[in-house]
Amino acid sequence: MSSTLTVPQAQTALDAWTREMIAWHFSPETGCDYWLKWAAQAGWDPKKEVKTFADIAKFDHFDDEVLRKEQPERFVPRAFAGRPYNVFETGGTTGMPKQRIGWDDYKVDYEEFSDHYGPDFFPKGANWLMVGPTGPRRLRLAVEHLANYRGGSCYFVDLDPRWVKRLIGMGEMAMARKYQEHVIDQAATIMRHRNIQCMFTTPRLLENLAERMSLVKAGLKGVFVGGTTMTPQYVRFVVEEVLEGKINFAPTYGNTLMGLAISKKITKADNFSLTYYAPQPRAVLRIVNPDKPEETMPYGEYGRVELTTMTKEFFMPRFLERDEAIRRPPCDEFPWDGVGDVRPFQSLTKTIIEGVY
Amino acid sequence: MSAPIHIPVLRLGQSYRSLDKIAFNVEGQALEISVANSGLIRRDLQHLPRAVEALHAIPTATLVAYCEKAAELFLKGNLPWGDDGRLQSPEDYVQALSQLTGLPHSLGRQNMGKVHAAMANIRAILAGLTRGMPLELFDRGFIRQDGLEVNFFPQTDSLGVLLPSNSPGVNSLWLPAPVMKVPVVLKPGREDPLTPFRLLQALIAAGFPKEAFGFYPTTHDGGDALLFGTGRAIAFGNDTTLKKYAPYRHIQVHGSGRSKVLIGDDFAGDWSKHLDVIAQSISSNGGRSCINASSVLTGHHARDIADALARKLAAIVPLPRHDPNALLCGFANPTMARGINERIDELLQTPGAEDVTARYRQGPRLIEAHGQTFLQPTLIFCESLEHPLANTEFMFPFASILQVPQEKMIASIGESLVVSAFTGNRAWIGELMTSTNIERLNIGPYPTNRVQWEQPHEGNLFEFLYRRRALQGDLVAV
Repeated sequence: MSSTLTVPQAQTALDAWTREMIAWHFSPETGCDYWLKWAAQAGWDPKKEVKTFADIAKFDHFDDEVLRKEQPERFVPRAFAGRPYNVFETGGTTGMPKQRIGWDDYKVDYEEFSDHYGPDFFPKGANWLMVGPTGPRRLRLAVEHLANYRGGSCYFVDLDPRWVKRLIGMGEMAMARKYQEHVIDQAATIMRHRNIQCMFTTPRLLENLAERMSLVKAGLKGVFVGGTTMTPQYVRFVVEEVLEGKINFAPTYGNTLMGLAISKKITKADNFSLTYYAPQPRAVLRIVNPDKPEETMPYGEYGRVELTTMTKEFFMPRFLERDEAIRRPPCDEFPWDGVGDVRPFQSLTKTIIEGVY
Repeated sequence: MSAPIHIPVLRLGQSYRSLDKIAFNVEGQALEISVANSGLIRRDLQHLPRAVEALHAIPTATLVAYCEKAAELFLKGNLPWGDDGRLQSPEDYVQALSQLTGLPHSLGRQNMGKVHAAMANIRAILAGLTRGMPLELFDRGFIRQDGLEVNFFPQTDSLGVLLPSNSPGVNSLWLPAPVMKVPVVLKPGREDPLTPFRLLQALIAAGFPKEAFGFYPTTHDGGDALLFGTGRAIAFGNDTTLKKYAPYRHIQVHGSGRSKVLIGDDFAGDWSKHLDVIAQSISSNGGRSCINASSVLTGHHARDIADALARKLAAIVPLPRHDPNALLCGFANPTMARGINERIDELLQTPGAEDVTARYRQGPRLIEAHGQTFLQPTLIFCESLEHPLANTEFMFPFASILQVPQEKMIASIGESLVVSAFTGNRAWIGELMTSTNIERLNIGPYPTNRVQWEQPHEGNLFEFLYRRRALQGDLVAV
């Protein structure tokens, strides 16, 4: 379901939501220990000075190391005191992980994602298979919730990205390949013996699975992927060959800190270039000048991705992602800016381990 | 300017225009190369049995004739530039190759001749590889030799090749494979997609089934898909490539050559007679080949030889790419030239080495001339084998020269692709023949780049692709 708002209406709604969230996170009755203590030492009062989303620029860039160093309890909003929470960790990081706590945000995000697609895109009542990082990740609960929300159940095959990164770091390419085969073996077994019509996985695993079997003949109707860069050629290859032009395809851009950004409908006219739209107003993506992050890039140009997350459970202003993307204008489905052809930040100038799972 | 020429991916018979492209400009003409993603390659390789079938439908004798015809087409024919019907003349090819790789026209033509000869001499090459077995071996799977059935069977359904960009001549290595009914899957070097594409067009035009060939300009990831998706593969590269793929027995890595000229005591006194051969070993093909000598070891007169050789090498100067006398190659990537130059200067800081060519060279080693960046020939005299410049190689006429007692040479050379041993000393030749460090041995005053078609280069391709097994019993129906 597309947004019914116009671009100005969406902006007004975002400003109103920003005021509401600032009031929530910086009020002693509802805010969390971390932000309240921060405000006490900040020398300015967000409640007074933040009136629109543009005023978020008054915050410095959020340092996500905080999520590694601080105890999660410090991020519990007082309004949630006494409610046990989920602890979610970010993807492939090794060492002490970064953690975000949450209660219902993942449900809200994935219900909204589900509502964006019609009943047949991911057939209602159908079973799902998730092949990818489960463990302490938000995605594992989120995909199961998505399946349940659409009336189905979910099977899981785990892939540990931290182990894959370690194998690659050690130069154990052969073992990394064997591990990948092990994951695909399990997924293929489930596909063959259970009635699966919907799937979440990473693009690379999707490719590998399709090398074992025709996904169309296996009965798949809809695939939702996320996790790694997809160039237009890659998207075209997935749509035309991996999915044989017959399976619905929903690429997403997201992570534990944001939720998930949905892609605008893929068309040949767009040359299979992907554009993602953040779940605004709960999260806002901006494409900023890497050298002057206070400036937004012009439409059509690459810049660094900046994420602001504002829900009652979590507040994170102006976090600079390790990605870059093209700033794209609002579209029929989403009346706010999108981010196109996302790739790792400065990927043209440095070597990055990516797309390994 | 006309519409860009587009070189497609060739997917075992299907031409494919990718959305990912590499763009070049050749004398004002835009050239686009489609780039395949790794998954696309993996998917295609599942269809290799069809490629094998297509080759097996044709008798080997016919494939040999096709190869000989392709040799002429490659050298003289107008062949598809890309996928839009425009044709590429041999001259177009040489000019574009020069623009993309820095190879002067003269060396481009020389390499063309080398590849042509590899195809035109395919009968001699196959005879050399199989030690004279009749061609029907590839049709029936066995032959009768001296009253015995000799059965060889293919160990793979394809040969994958990661090609370099430094020298088009290396393409001659994979050429016998399709004649031996093994499909070929190529990843061209970034700067030279032209040579393998032209070769494939020549082979297809001559009669080879297009299903037998894959042409995949691709990323490192795609290169891995190719190497690990084919039953036998060859990767060209440097020491890093060698280290990466060394654990995999099905991958043959052609790394640095570290080829050498060893001057035996019996030849050292007459060294001045052999200077031209040594200079040719170092500088032929612009010093870009792994068979170029990168070290000269002599038991005597090392300083005198160094001085005379440096004078000879320094006379090889940058010339315009179209000059028929051009011997040096420009660098398509000037940053690489600067990096090599800085590295040599840095290593020269280690005591015990002198750039002897600096005495005679016109201008510095790194030079901008005729619109290109060149590295001028460089000969380093090293006092000891331990010096970091004593046993290294770079992609231009570069060599070290050392005085090493003859009896210590074999133990000190390390792995060497080609050794030209200037000697007639029977005992020493015997030792050279048993050295496991030498891949190709020339006995006598011959240049390291000497080619004899009947001899294998860097391993025997037939033995890499085929294996012998016992075959006994009732063979009447076979």
